[in-house]
Amino acid sequence: MRARRGALTVRYVVLVALAAGVLLPFVSIVLASVQPSGTQLSGLALPSRVSWENFALAWNQGNFSQLMLSSVIVAVVVVPLAAVCATLAGYSLAVLRPYGSRAISLGFVLGLTLPSEVVVVALYFNLRGVGLTNSYLGVILAEVALFMPFGVYWMQTHFAAMPTELIEAGRIDGARDLAVLVRLLLPNSWPAITTLAVLLFMWSWNQFLLILVVMQDPDLRTAPAGLGFFVGQYTTNIPLLSAASLLVIAPIVAVYLLFQRNFVTGVTQGAIK
Amino acid sequence: MSSDTSRAPTRLPATRSLDAKAPRRAPLGDSTAPRPGARRLHRKRAAAGLLYILPAAVVYLGFTVWPALNTVYLSFLDWDGILPPTWVGLANYAEVFTDPLLSSSIVHALVLIIFFSFVPIVVGLALTGLLMGKIKKGVTVFRVIFFLPYVLPLVAVGTTWRWMYNQDGLVNVLLGAVGLGDYTRAWLGDTGLALIALGLIGSWSLSGLCMMLFLAGAQKIDTGLYEAATLDGAGPLRQFTAVTLPGLRGEVTVAAVITTIAALASFDLVYVTTNGGPVNSTTVPGLLVYRLAFTESEIGTASALAVVLTALVIALVSAIRFVASRVDS
Repeated sequence: MRARRGALTVRYVVLVALAAGVLLPFVSIVLASVQPSGTQLSGLALPSRVSWENFALAWNQGNFSQLMLSSVIVAVVVVPLAAVCATLAGYSLAVLRPYGSRAISLGFVLGLTLPSEVVVVALYFNLRGVGLTNSYLGVILAEVALFMPFGVYWMQTHFAAMPTELIEAGRIDGARDLAVLVRLLLPNSWPAITTLAVLLFMWSWNQFLLILVVMQDPDLRTAPAGLGFFVGQYTTNIPLLSAASLLVIAPIVAVYLLFQRNFVTGVTQGAIK
Repeated sequence: MSSDTSRAPTRLPATRSLDAKAPRRAPLGDSTAPRPGARRLHRKRAAAGLLYILPAAVVYLGFTVWPALNTVYLSFLDWDGILPPTWVGLANYAEVFTDPLLSSSIVHALVLIIFFSFVPIVVGLALTGLLMGKIKKGVTVFRVIFFLPYVLPLVAVGTTWRWMYNQDGLVNVLLGAVGLGDYTRAWLGDTGLALIALGLIGSWSLSGLCMMLFLAGAQKIDTGLYEAATLDGAGPLRQFTAVTLPGLRGEVTVAAVITTIAALASFDLVYVTTNGGPVNSTTVPGLLVYRLAFTESEIGTASALAVVLTALVIALVSAIRFVASRVDS
């Protein structure tokens, strides 16, 4: 019994050490961010006095009012739009099964392995041709398209797992396809849709390459893409960069802590289902 | 995304072919025997079904598939993005494989697989082992912490780690603290070590993802197997290698696929940490595709490199699935 206790203690020691390894970088940038701007500092140096000025400075110098606004605009449109498109398509592919649904499903799934590099090169010139570069609409449509393979796949597997009696009962009552979806299936689908929405928000918020390419104008970029630009300008001002990084990760960390369960089910079931 | 997941879509056609074997069967909801109108109704319903797919399909085709095909087309051209392009056949592909800068970027991406894929899978398995069984208190807290890096934007992760790897950064401070002060350096500025340092950021970011996948998989393992192993006198470690590991084959495959794609298609992290330097020792295909296309106006070469990268992703993902299916049978 004592040996087992000992083994358990060892486990906790290892886990705590690893957790510290994950968290130390955060501690380091939090400590750096409250140092006076431009200070030469080292590792985990404790600030002599806590100053919040870096956050205001980074916010202003990095034009984060504009960047955050762009991030919010893009995410607020992309998440519902992608969720609705994916839900309609997933419902059709799983329940209505029109001709060719097998090929269509396969077409969407193949997109999961497509690296965005192969999309963005021509995407820029295609969007330029129709005046959608430097435009929210261009970014929004490109992001929705990029997330469609996972979204459709996620909703399709969700609807395919629903009891067929539910759907058949609705059909016998003479319900139309849309009514079956809205009245019978959707009320039981909110957990799946919430999870999808949380993942879509994460991908939209974290998107970088696509924004860099489509938004050639730095002022129109989203927060992470703006941070990438900011890093190039203030390479050595560690307190300022740390504050800017914290500004960019704060929203996604908040969403993660609030919807922690959805992140986990989304990532695990989405991959394995 | 694995042999497991590809099963999901094929399940649907299987039920469809059952329908096909009974061609006279009325569509769902029509309880009576076939009527002349039934077939038309079915067709109508099928057409309506396509209508539901339309919005997703239009956006996907227009903004992902069409550009991807266009990139393939551009890869056969010599084009600066402005003047009329000229057709050069496979010349851009020849350049990808012969130009040392371009071909070495592919090698770097392959090296990154070790750190983005192999290391996280091993660490993820270790964490899974540590978080299973007798341990109860704090499991959720540990899971939340270990998974956290994965949800962060890689640009912010990169910015943070630039500072960690700095001459005065945390890594060197910790080395000094344990008496290894002689080994301190600016890690991302060392031509021999920058790629490894970069790779370890990937390990930091992706290990929690692997852990989550494995923990979810471990929950599905029949508990009877553990009881049987305990009766046979197997300790926790033996149980892990004899029961847990074999039970996680599917999840390991999935993790390998996701992380391999992340390694090959890496861009964000490299862009903010090293931007390919020092002396091109950390260039990756994604970075050069961006640079060639959008700062050097060599659209054709950028496209060819992107196509080669895509082919590499598809080849490696297929290889992983093939090996996994061989192991399964």
